[in-house]
Parts: sequence; structure tokens; C-alpha cells
Amino acid sequence: MATRKVGTHRQLTLSAPGVPERFRAGNFVAVTLPGHTARRMLWIHRVRASSAFGPTLDVVVSPAGEATTWLADQPIGTSLSLTGPLGRPFALPKEPVGCLLVGRGRHAAPLFPLAERLRERGCAVTLVLAGAAEGDLLSALEARRSVRSVIVLTDDGSVGTRGTVEQHVDDLVARHDPAVVYAAGPQDVLHAVARAADGRGAWCQVALEVPGPCGTGLCHGCALPVLGEDGVARVVRGCTEGPVVRADRVRWDAL
Amino acid sequence: MSAPVPGPVMVASGCGGTGRELGAFGSLEDLDFVTRSITLDPRTGGHGPRVVEVPGGLVNAVGLHNPGLEHFLATELPWLVRAGARPHVSIAGSSLGEYADLARRLSRAPGVAGLEVNLGEPDESGQGLFEVREPYHAASVVAAVRREFPADRPVLAKLRPDPSRVVEGARGCLDAGATAVVLGHCVPAAMPDGRRAGLSGPAIASVALRCLVEVRSALPDAVVVACGGVRDLASARALLDAGARAVQVGSALLQDPTLVHTLSRSLQEDR
Repeated sequence: MATRKVGTHRQLTLSAPGVPERFRAGNFVAVTLPGHTARRMLWIHRVRASSAFGPTLDVVVSPAGEATTWLADQPIGTSLSLTGPLGRPFALPKEPVGCLLVGRGRHAAPLFPLAERLRERGCAVTLVLAGAAEGDLLSALEARRSVRSVIVLTDDGSVGTRGTVEQHVDDLVARHDPAVVYAAGPQDVLHAVARAADGRGAWCQVALEVPGPCGTGLCHGCALPVLGEDGVARVVRGCTEGPVVRADRVRWDAL
Repeated sequence: MSAPVPGPVMVASGCGGTGRELGAFGSLEDLDFVTRSITLDPRTGGHGPRVVEVPGGLVNAVGLHNPGLEHFLATELPWLVRAGARPHVSIAGSSLGEYADLARRLSRAPGVAGLEVNLGEPDESGQGLFEVREPYHAASVVAAVRREFPADRPVLAKLRPDPSRVVEGARGCLDAGATAVVLGHCVPAAMPDGRRAGLSGPAIASVALRCLVEVRSALPDAVVVACGGVRDLASARALLDAGARAVQVGSALLQDPTLVHTLSRSLQEDR
């Protein structure tokens, strides 16, 4: 329905009847691309129950590979086949507690609707947006509406504080002392956040991107090594048991 | 053999999850559902990326990820039965004895509609499965399974899609008591990093058709369930027109989980 640039990324608004009412932060959609047998999983960045176009959802894509470039370049009016909302969403705290949200690049997309839900529950939310450079960041302006503070980190220091999540996350967790930490990003970023949260005794949930061809749990292609509640090591499906999982359950060394 | 042949549309092994996931997209009532291959002991499956897209298909090294027979009987089978599906349990074993054990225990489990013997895994030796590259060995597996499983329920033999040997394999398995042969399986392939894997998807449709044609011309009475590259009504009809009694839908479900329902409806109308 609409497409706009967000730095080097592109945010697509898709007409999606039936999705907003069932959506919870951390859900994703699986999109079919012409000529491809595997689907692409995209985080739902925003939903609107009603707009000029009816119910819509937003996703963020980075034109990197052939498929994502195709998707980013589609003109308004293109019809896409997609399935969603899929996956286990973020679990929300019952009490209004302090929450730290850490996201990197386009991966941060699911944290925005999460921040809104947390605010509705009275949680004090601090959002950390990290990226390679300014163009890699999702809109901090948009996020400011729903969170108490936004902290920006860039690898090259082009905006905000210079440095990576790995370098700053221990300090951030120590300074804000959140009860819950949520993270969305590449695996090494998530692992660093998980370690920092664990060190301070904070609950931590991570939105993991485990590549798989279907997103619906049909194929067992997206193996996610975890430690069960009973302490037994298992391999589960990232798309059905995840993509949001408790960080202390992930066997990071086996990923 | 009095066992009924399932179909005309079935869910191919390994492409319907545990059934619950497919059930989210449409009722499983009266659906011939082949489970992913179940082994006696649980298997955690392959490490590293398990499915990679290549032009025209998917290469997978899932490595028979399954919870083992006990867990399957306790949790997955009862769900399928309750959902009204006809579960055909795919079985894989490391010896003739294991296949016989699996067949015996499944014959007593309530609700099992039939068995599918996995005899075409692209990499048996690497996965510790019984070696069935010789058609004679495949036939002995079917015989062992058939001895333990009631004759009024179907046993399907899913063979390796190797057109040069598929006729011998099909003949052996049918003589050993298979209700039908399933042609074919994933085509042996490699992941980009060289790990042993199997290719599926539209890319293998013509291989499946070739296997079907070979078997149908050498053994005109053979009952064949075709599997490989079914992605729409036309590709399903092509295999049925070439003599298949039924078709299985696999990789295409990963893209459109409702396809099996769409095809069922259209093909029922044909009849």
C-alpha cells in the first residue's frame, strides 16, 4: 500500500486483513517471493487495525540480496502472498517494571510495537537502537513517542554514542538496572545482551532469527538448540517454539 | 492385497510438521497424513543450516529430527487421530529388527492408518540407517514390516528416485507385500558446505515422473504413489495422468500450507 525509505532500509505497508487483531509484538510474517521455493520471514514492525486502506501491517526490509531487493523495489499495488502472524511473541511483565530494549539495524523492528505494549502497562522503557551508521537505524523519532528514553549507538559514531552493543551493553544494563531486557538483532548481539542481563539477574528475552524455509513449523528446518525447563538439552523449531525465546534457555554455543 | 490405497492427495513425509502446524491452516479430517520419519530412539537432527534454497528447490539436511517412537505414540499420534486425520507413519530404522519393532508397536497403536517405509533417504549410511541401496535389501525391509503389520492396512515403500534401479526396487518391494511404492524421495545432493543432503521441490518433478514412467511401463499393475515437485493442480494431474494412483505434496506446503486442501477438493471433483 505504501513504501518509504528508513535510512538504507525500506518500510513496506501491506494491506493485511485479519492480521492486526491477532498480532502480538514479536510475531512475524512469512512472505512468498515469485520464483523462490523458500519463504522469507519478516518481523511485523507495526500494525494498524484501520487506516484508509483497512487493516495494515508494516515490515522492514534491507535491499541486500536478490530477493530482498526485489521486495524493496515493488511498486504500490503489488500483490504478495503471505502467512501470519506467526511465532511466539514477547511475554510481557505483569507489573509495571523497568524494561531495557536493545535492537540493532533492521532487526530492531519488533521492539517498536513491544515498546508500545509496555508503555500501556506502565513500564518505564529505555530503547537502545544500534547500527553500523546513521542510515542503519530505524526511526528513533518514532520510538520516542512510546518510550522514556532512546539511546543511539553507531559503530562509526556518525550519530549518538560511538560503539557497538557488545561494548556498551554491560554498562547500559548496570546503569538502568531493568527487571526485564528484550533484545532483537544478529546472534552475536543477542548473546552479548543475554550475558549482560544474566550478570545482573534480569529476565531476558531475545528475538532470534533462525533461517528456515517455511516459518510455519512444517519442515523442522530451523533448528534451535535449547535447554528445557527440566534441564535437558533439546533441539526445537525456531519458528514454533520461537522466534522469541528466553535467553537463558538458548544453548548459544550450539547455535 | 486388500489394503486400501490412500489418496488421491497425501501430505508427504516431513512437510506437515507434527500435524498441529498444518492443522492451523485447515481441517485434517480425512486427510492422508504421512508423518516425518519416526525412529525407535529420539534424534536431534543435523547441525548447522538445515535447509538451503537453490534454484528451483530446497536442499535439506534435517537429519531425521524426530522425538522417537515413545514420544510420538504418547503425544503426536493421539493428536492426529483426534483431529480426524488418517496417519500414515513413516518409519526408519538401523536394522531389519528395528523396522520390525517399529511395525509391531505401531500395529497395536490405535488410529494408525498405515505405514510408509522410508527406503530412499539420500544418505542412509551417514545417518546410521539400514543400507538399502541394493533392491534386495529394500525388499527384505518391506517383508519384515509386512510380517508385523495387519494385511488390511497399507504399507507404502518410499524408494530412492534413481531411475536406473527403481524398477528392481519397486518389483522387490511389491513382491514383498508393499501395498504401493512411493516414487520418489529427495534426490541425493549436497549442502553448499558439502554436507550430504537431499534436493526437493519443483526441480525434481521430472525425476519423479521418470521414475513413475519406468515403473509403470515395466510393471503395468504396480500401484504407484507419486511424490516430487507437486506444486499445483497441473503438476498433480500430470503425475496422475501418467499412471500414479495418488500424489504426495511436500515442499510446496512450506510455501502454501493450504495447498493440500485445495488439491484434494479439485481432484475429488474430477472423480
